[in-house]
Amino acid sequence: MEQTRIPIFPRSVKGTYRRIKSSIVLLAYSVYFILPWLRWERDTGPDQAVIFDITARRFDIFDLTIYAQDIFWLALFLAFAAFFLFFITGIAGRVFCGYFCFQTLWTDVFMHIEHWVQGERPARMKLAASKWTAEKIFKIGLTHLLWLLVSFLTGLAFTLYWGNAPDLVVDIFTFNAPLAAGITILFLTATTYVMAGIAREQVCTYMCPYARFQSAMFDKDTFIVAYDSIRGESNKGRHKPSKELIKRDKRQQQGYGDCIDCGYCVQVCPTGIDIRNGLQYQCITCALCIDACDTIMDSVGYPKGLIRYSSEHETEGEKTKILKTKNIVYGLILVLIAGVLVWGLSARTEIELNVRQIRQPLYVVLSNGTIQNRYDVKINNKTDKSHTLSLAVKDLPGAELDPGRSRSITVSPGASLTLHVYIKRNPDNVRQSNKDFEFVLTDLKNKQQQWQHDASFYTPRDLIKTATGSDR
Amino acid sequence: MSTDSNSKVQGSKGSKQAVQTTGHAWDGDIQEFNNPLPTWWVWAFYATIVFAVIYWVLYPAWPIGRDYTKGVMNDIEYTDASGKTVTRHWNTRSLLDKEMVQAKAEQKKYLDQLAAASIEEIAKDDEKSNFAYSMAKVLFADNCAACHQPGGAGVVGSYPNLADDDWLWGGSFKDIKTTITNGRNGYMPSFKAALSSEKIDDVAEYVLSLSKHKTDAAKTARGKAIFNGQEGGCYYCHTKAGTGMVSMGSANLTDSIWTLADVPSADTLEAKKAAVKQVIMNGVNRKMPVWKERLTDTQIKILAFYVHQLGGGK
Repeated sequence: MEQTRIPIFPRSVKGTYRRIKSSIVLLAYSVYFILPWLRWERDTGPDQAVIFDITARRFDIFDLTIYAQDIFWLALFLAFAAFFLFFITGIAGRVFCGYFCFQTLWTDVFMHIEHWVQGERPARMKLAASKWTAEKIFKIGLTHLLWLLVSFLTGLAFTLYWGNAPDLVVDIFTFNAPLAAGITILFLTATTYVMAGIAREQVCTYMCPYARFQSAMFDKDTFIVAYDSIRGESNKGRHKPSKELIKRDKRQQQGYGDCIDCGYCVQVCPTGIDIRNGLQYQCITCALCIDACDTIMDSVGYPKGLIRYSSEHETEGEKTKILKTKNIVYGLILVLIAGVLVWGLSARTEIELNVRQIRQPLYVVLSNGTIQNRYDVKINNKTDKSHTLSLAVKDLPGAELDPGRSRSITVSPGASLTLHVYIKRNPDNVRQSNKDFEFVLTDLKNKQQQWQHDASFYTPRDLIKTATGSDR
Repeated sequence: MSTDSNSKVQGSKGSKQAVQTTGHAWDGDIQEFNNPLPTWWVWAFYATIVFAVIYWVLYPAWPIGRDYTKGVMNDIEYTDASGKTVTRHWNTRSLLDKEMVQAKAEQKKYLDQLAAASIEEIAKDDEKSNFAYSMAKVLFADNCAACHQPGGAGVVGSYPNLADDDWLWGGSFKDIKTTITNGRNGYMPSFKAALSSEKIDDVAEYVLSLSKHKTDAAKTARGKAIFNGQEGGCYYCHTKAGTGMVSMGSANLTDSIWTLADVPSADTLEAKKAAVKQVIMNGVNRKMPVWKERLTDTQIKILAFYVHQLGGGK
């Protein structure tokens, strides 16, 4: 009824790509686990460098404070991330999968733990096949215990981004933390343990949609981890290095390829495939088979690169084109989104002014015949300081602004205030039924600092007629 | 792209497991492939079954005749309005009731503040006035908007406009509060029987002249005599200047605001006059209901605050 997973026992390997991968793991783990503990000086708000405070509806990332209404930046950021993924995948294949995906990073760490406790591939295979002895129980148990510990720390670190880390940690271990924190930690502990410890490559082959739609982004110029089958197989195919077939020239004379069929590339593969069968959807391009093959090529004295990063065009002996329309368009889109994002972040107003005209009723005739329009003026203070402001109107002749209760408006840091204001205007001087004008908000401490918002004043058409008509 | 579909079968994974069939054969040679599901999927499926069984035990689930299984260990407890502790089995209705009780308790904090403050204090305090504004907006929509319209603009001829600066019964916080609490009776007698059609026409001419309409001088003079004399007696309520009296709720006839005769939308003087004549002939009898039996004192207080600021207040 079901297909049982064939366990994979990847052999460890040394080499360039292994070093790159290890450095990325180290960097990612350092950032992920240390960042919530970093303190940061702010005028107001939490003194944590990165904190996503949901109850206060503000995200603080170093000196950048993001409020709920700035959420469209997230959309832009995600769009950037998506296009960056398309861009990079089109050029260099599944770079994200192989080096940066947290499934890959965490699985890698879990495999290191496994290797450290149980030993190299043959030892692990032997242990898995052996009867349950005290040693097996201890080793397997210790592995799972360490996995659970890392999983728990992962969940804990994630939770610390959403509250003040030093307080939250104490709360969590004294069981005083909010329920959501506990649930998050439990959930992430469970998912990390299951995904990185047990499911592993099945996440990539069965669960991850990106693994499947990446093929749409590949073309013959995409760099992928590929086995040079022309060199490796030659006419007669691969062959073990038997006595007569050790020297490369002898092999070539007899028509055998450079692949000595040692199987090292298959043994190191974390997804358990044989790269020599060509590009496969399971391949996450972690490039460990490159390291493995290079090690062997070095030891037998053949040139490296039997398995290497190459495009299909390159393998077929043609040139790889990187500057192609698809990549250029993706590049341009990336620059555009990044530009909008940077512009949005740098040009964001510290005080946000929004004006909404009351439409019910759109206007009112007052007892002395003047017309009154009403507006809801919303002022959002996104700064760390309290601002004292004054409101005025521009480009509306003969208008009298009634700001309601007081002339100077004080908005506390991070707060918003709605003013219900009235504008009265004598219809005698009015020529236009809909007159566009500006609300101007001035900082009373720094008069140069102004914010504007457009609005429109409505005067009913027939009242304009009476005002300019014959009976006056 | 050359993803080889056979590679899976040939590869290290597939080599041990060739494609299997279920073993059934129809019509001699039609066979069915056995494509096994991944283990994790099968276990996830079993997990959903376990989940369902646990759910049946804990939550209301199975219908039994007119009744149903209530579930165990799922009691919802809350203190209702009368201070009684209510324990009910879990369902969305009792959950709602509990949440309503909690929300009311949360709201009470602010309501208590409003109850303790005067309208003037509410108007001065940003936090209090913002809360009062949003709460009164809902109260207004529920109770007042049916006549006075959602924006308070009223209906000319029937319900006064609350968004302008003219107040029949006074526009101070206190006046508005009194109006809402006790209601008002707006009354003007009918002059159909007392005055002839010509005389009513003259009075209408004079009434329009009060708000600076260009009228016939002779007719206006005659109308003025009736208005300010014993024959019409209009000045009893509207005063000799025509400005009306707040204590009577009589309209100010000198301003641009008309609550009964729709003068502003009539084009010609004749049409304006016809509108005014209708009111003089038929009189006025309108009622604002009493609200003190339906709304609490605090509710009336914040409604008065809301109505006061609709037109800018007075």
